[in-house]
Amino acid sequence: MTIFYVLLVFVIIAALVAVETKNLLSAVICIGAVGFGASLLFLFLRAPDIAITQIVVEVLGLVILIRATISRDKTFITGDREFFAVVVSVVIVFVILLAGVHVFQTLPDFGKPAFAVAAESDRLPAPASQKYIKDGLKDTGAANLVASVILDYRAYDTLGEATVLFTSIIGATVIMRRKSRKLLEEPEI
Amino acid sequence: MKGMTVIVKTISSWIKVLIFLFGIYIIFFGHLTPGGGFSGGVILASSYVLLMLAFGREFAQENLSLGVASKLDCVGALLFIAVALCGLLYGAAGFFLNFIYQKLEIGQEFNLVSAGTIPLSNIAIGLKVGASLFLIVLVLSMFRPEISAPEKE
Repeated sequence: MTIFYVLLVFVIIAALVAVETKNLLSAVICIGAVGFGASLLFLFLRAPDIAITQIVVEVLGLVILIRATISRDKTFITGDREFFAVVVSVVIVFVILLAGVHVFQTLPDFGKPAFAVAAESDRLPAPASQKYIKDGLKDTGAANLVASVILDYRAYDTLGEATVLFTSIIGATVIMRRKSRKLLEEPEI
Repeated sequence: MKGMTVIVKTISSWIKVLIFLFGIYIIFFGHLTPGGGFSGGVILASSYVLLMLAFGREFAQENLSLGVASKLDCVGALLFIAVALCGLLYGAAGFFLNFIYQKLEIGQEFNLVSAGTIPLSNIAIGLKVGASLFLIVLVLSMFRPEISAPEKE
């Protein structure tokens, strides 16, 4: 687990650099480093679905942020590349590759999801899904086990999703309204 | 003339009721059959979006205006939080406790009245998702002409 803590320190340092740096583009790149480090951390914590979501969101967010900053903050590389910078970037890529290989070796085998594997293997804890299937009707009284999971066992997740939806609606309304308020004072076109 | 042709208007005025009813069914039976608040809310919103596409934005806004939709959105969110907070009456660890089923013991399995707080949460989420998806489409369609307006100057 030492590599887990190394990654954790890396993520924290990248987050600090992203806050403190003056250059906008390097801040965005640091945010990308934080996101990809966090996805590797999720893999270490045996949450592969969250790791996949994190990677997808991170790639999308990074592309959008770079597209947004590059027009505002012109950054060009002038002069030759330094030898030290090349060595550092190669070493970082190699370390991340090594960590990724290590992480994928610890994943369960193909076709044996971590939530359904029985407790016979020592590496994995007892599966939660079997408990839901066995006790779901008795605990919640809902015939639909999916409803019993998302609204009873894991209701915090649903609360978070509802909050995300609510916030996005507020954001969309506010952004659209700011464009039009200036024009609302004018008469009908 | 606002909206689409007479054929589209006639058919969508028949079909929108069935879509709305199907959304209500999906929400109310979410704890018994596949479905639930999110999918039912999307179906509710899609019936209003169909209305908007066929008859134009003004007609849909007469049925469900921007203010009413945003109020429904807030009511859904508050209802969901209220269901969660009611569990706190039964102890400190009772946030999101299924208190109707476990403490009051109302309802029988496989009936419509069962599963305690799950149908209430489904209704709240359905209200919230339906209102907010309708709001997204309404807001995006409402403010588009004004954004492109400055180019005319």
